[in-house]
Amino acid sequence: MPIWNNYGMGRRHFMQHMATAAATIPAMNFLSHVQANSSTVKANNKACILMWMSGGPPTIDIWDLKPGSKNGGEFKPIDTAAPGVQISEHMPETAKVFDNLNVVRSMSTREADHGRGRYYMHTGYVPNPTVTHPTFGSVVSYEIGRHRKALEIPSFVSIGGGSGQAGFLGMAHAPFVVGSDGQIRNAPSQEAKDRLPNRLDMLAAVESNFIKSQRGELPQAHKDVYANAVNLMTSRQMAAFNVNKADAALGLEAESDATKAMYNMPAGGGGMGMGGGNGFGQSLLLARRLVQVGVPFVEVDLGGWDLHNDVFNTLKNQRLPVLDRGISALVTDLKQRNMLDDVTIVWMGEFGRTPRINQNTGRDHWAASWSTMIGGGGLKNGQAIGATDADGTRVADNSKAYLPGDIWATVAHAMGIPLETVHTSKRGRPMKLANGGSPIQELIG
Amino acid sequence: MNFVPRWTMRKLNTSAICLTAMFTLAGAGQLSADEAAAVSDSTALSTVEFINQKIEQGYKDNEISPSEVASDEEWVRRVHLDIVGRIPSLEEVNAFIEDESPRKKSVLIDQLVDSQDYIRNFTTIWTNNCIGRGTPRRVSRNGMEKFFREAFAKNRPWDDIVVDLVTGEGHFEENGAVNYILAQMQLNDEAVQLTAKTTKLFLGMQVQCTQCHNHPFNNWQQAQFWEFNSFFRQVRKVDHRKTDPNTGRQVDDYSEVVTRDFNGPVYFEKRSGLMQVAFPIYEGKAIEPDAFDRRKEFGKLLVSTDNGETPIIAKAFVNRMWAHFFGYGFTRPVDDMGPHNAPSHPEVLDRLSAEFVSTGYDVKKLIKTIANTAAYSLTSKFGEDNMVDNPAAGEVPLFSHMYVKSMQAEQLYDSLIVASNAHKSGKGGWDEQEKQRNRWMQQFVVAFDNDENDEATTFNGTIPQALMMMNSELIEKAVSIDRGSFLFETFSSPGVESQKMQDLYVAALSRRPTRSEMSKAQQMVKAYPANMRANAYQDLFWALLNSNEFIFIH
Repeated sequence: MPIWNNYGMGRRHFMQHMATAAATIPAMNFLSHVQANSSTVKANNKACILMWMSGGPPTIDIWDLKPGSKNGGEFKPIDTAAPGVQISEHMPETAKVFDNLNVVRSMSTREADHGRGRYYMHTGYVPNPTVTHPTFGSVVSYEIGRHRKALEIPSFVSIGGGSGQAGFLGMAHAPFVVGSDGQIRNAPSQEAKDRLPNRLDMLAAVESNFIKSQRGELPQAHKDVYANAVNLMTSRQMAAFNVNKADAALGLEAESDATKAMYNMPAGGGGMGMGGGNGFGQSLLLARRLVQVGVPFVEVDLGGWDLHNDVFNTLKNQRLPVLDRGISALVTDLKQRNMLDDVTIVWMGEFGRTPRINQNTGRDHWAASWSTMIGGGGLKNGQAIGATDADGTRVADNSKAYLPGDIWATVAHAMGIPLETVHTSKRGRPMKLANGGSPIQELIG
Repeated sequence: MNFVPRWTMRKLNTSAICLTAMFTLAGAGQLSADEAAAVSDSTALSTVEFINQKIEQGYKDNEISPSEVASDEEWVRRVHLDIVGRIPSLEEVNAFIEDESPRKKSVLIDQLVDSQDYIRNFTTIWTNNCIGRGTPRRVSRNGMEKFFREAFAKNRPWDDIVVDLVTGEGHFEENGAVNYILAQMQLNDEAVQLTAKTTKLFLGMQVQCTQCHNHPFNNWQQAQFWEFNSFFRQVRKVDHRKTDPNTGRQVDDYSEVVTRDFNGPVYFEKRSGLMQVAFPIYEGKAIEPDAFDRRKEFGKLLVSTDNGETPIIAKAFVNRMWAHFFGYGFTRPVDDMGPHNAPSHPEVLDRLSAEFVSTGYDVKKLIKTIANTAAYSLTSKFGEDNMVDNPAAGEVPLFSHMYVKSMQAEQLYDSLIVASNAHKSGKGGWDEQEKQRNRWMQQFVVAFDNDENDEATTFNGTIPQALMMMNSELIEKAVSIDRGSFLFETFSSPGVESQKMQDLYVAALSRRPTRSEMSKAQQMVKAYPANMRANAYQDLFWALLNSNEFIFIH
């Protein structure tokens, strides 16, 4: 079902309604930060695309192979476009563009439980029962998205996943979760759109007392989220969610068959569902379009990595072909559009997987020594940072170990977010950006 | 790492320490079931008084004063949402407000607990707790719901319910309890997930990390995880297939839990690479490794009071139930109890738990006790003198005012049905209604693709939720003016317009509008052209249902 049909009718028409409606003042207040004029967002805006590998990917079989070790498994390393950097033979397309990427081979984290690892890697902080830390996408939304006045759609979009909360930065910075097909449920009908101005007037009148009634922050947060939702509903930038829609003023074209084929999007446009198979390529294409219209942080989920069993067959037949195609398509596409220096690409999961191969030919959870990937963003790309020992069981003696905060600090550096930024928790506790992590020196040089 | 919650060090605990010391002098570290019965003569009232007193002591220790008692309107809405999972209807609100009996709150609590909707609400909650919202493969949601529906309808003792869940065997629709186990056996993982989930859900302990190493900040040892795990190693899941008579293809049939022959120890690997063995031991009590059915033995140990202490399953349930009503339990999170995470109100937790055991794990009685406490009757507004009581900001809850909670998706769905009269049309039976609601629910469920089989909802306070509330078919139905709808019935029946406007407020917000709200609403309605009056009321009702006051439990 086409969503947002007649989106062109959206904003201007809506604003006219607002102007001619009988009692417009409350609704105008409600939408105080809405920009009536949706100017084009410049293409040189900084952004980050996070590829989130839900389940914990076996990085020893992807980025940090151990040929000759009993832990090495079935795969062989191959050379890449980055001199001296080798990755898995099942990542041949990615290898060709690896001069734009880097692997960080000496991640050493401490959370090997899915929920805790997901939290830790997304926020830089270990879970704490008395405070909810913002996922880094929310930090970017708060630090950058908030100031992009021309951006009318949410500044943190999560495609196919559900990771992360905005925590003390407030619900207005929570991820906006959509499926890999970009379809947004419960879009307004034309009638609903026409009636919206009156209804919002009524709503503003109805709910103001409750906000003033001293019941904490939730009532106001509710209002903020509604403002974002209305903003989204009436924005022509919604075209970014539909790969078949062109909007010259936004710099968006209808994606060509060649582009879709590059991202391995299924023919006919049908999605494969969240996170799975071809949905990943489609999600990445969507991410690129969202970045084009000014969204500063997009998270794309690819699941299926919790490989306690049969790791090698699953990787070579299912997971890695999808991943390889997706990464290389995104890098190639961003490069062709001269966007790669502005867009930082991060690839990570909750943790890595045990170097030791278990009795079910699988690998279990492992946080002590594993890899993440980061690239684009104007970094000094084409490097392998850090190393593990010959068996992959620990970070090598001469290598610095990295935490998620260091990855996010590198992203912050690439995006121009000052590292000394401090947020304040609801309790007044200062919270350092990326938990005080430091950018990886070799990458920012 | 700074993990110790600051609030364990707050003043509240000084009195707790004194009291614990007193009990210790009396010869027992904790209040046993028998002692509790002796102290309380097991009437609900005295337990309520005891709780009131302890919670008040917390106010004094922290130099705060509680907020005012909630208005009837505020309270009647809250108690419906908490006990029956939906807002009260227009008639229910009016009846309660007009009732002049001083005992009307307890009477209503009793009525709600004995209603059909109570069964439905707690069936939903516990089905979600046990198998999630996005039913895993080869699990029967129907079977799980049927099990809980019967359990809550008969008010079966909680210990029996837990024992059935962990010891269940057989066909997933004939014995719905087994769906709990089936849902935790999505992977061939030697019952690791089943072990972790059982301890978390029923014992209020987080041990999943100890699968691989000793817990960094509580007493859990890696060996204990595997000792627990060894109780579950006889569980086997069997997925049956059958031939589809139409297509001749093999399709899924039923699944079942069977007990397999396993009587050895469990082996696990230490971080050092050393292999270790674990035998079935719970709370220091071992069973014979060659016991015929280890889970049955485990069930017995779970409810045993041999050591004079309140069984852990009682405390874990009480903590959860308190959190259900107040938004925060005595520990944060509710399912991470233990010496490393001291409860905020230890005497209240102990007393409620002891009484829960002495009443034969009577769930309804526990609910009545909690809902009758003074703390539960307070308004959700902050008072002049309790701004520090703000657990949303990470502070220890002192229960000096009600905390605003977000409606769960199911509560919202059911509340919209009630507000718009859809429940009166009586379409479809229980199963049909459940199916419709589950279908609607799926839009908010995001499954994480991993062995913990966990999931998130995109429901609470998000843009998708706002879009649903503004534009969905559900809301269009709620503000419909078709025959039989709430708006149609209200405006086609005799009566003055101001009364009808008031009914809109009561139906949506369970309260009458203030005078200024009323005149504002009238003014807005009058601004519509005369032939658009119906639209005006629709838009007003839409606004009421979309308001913050509607979506929060306060």
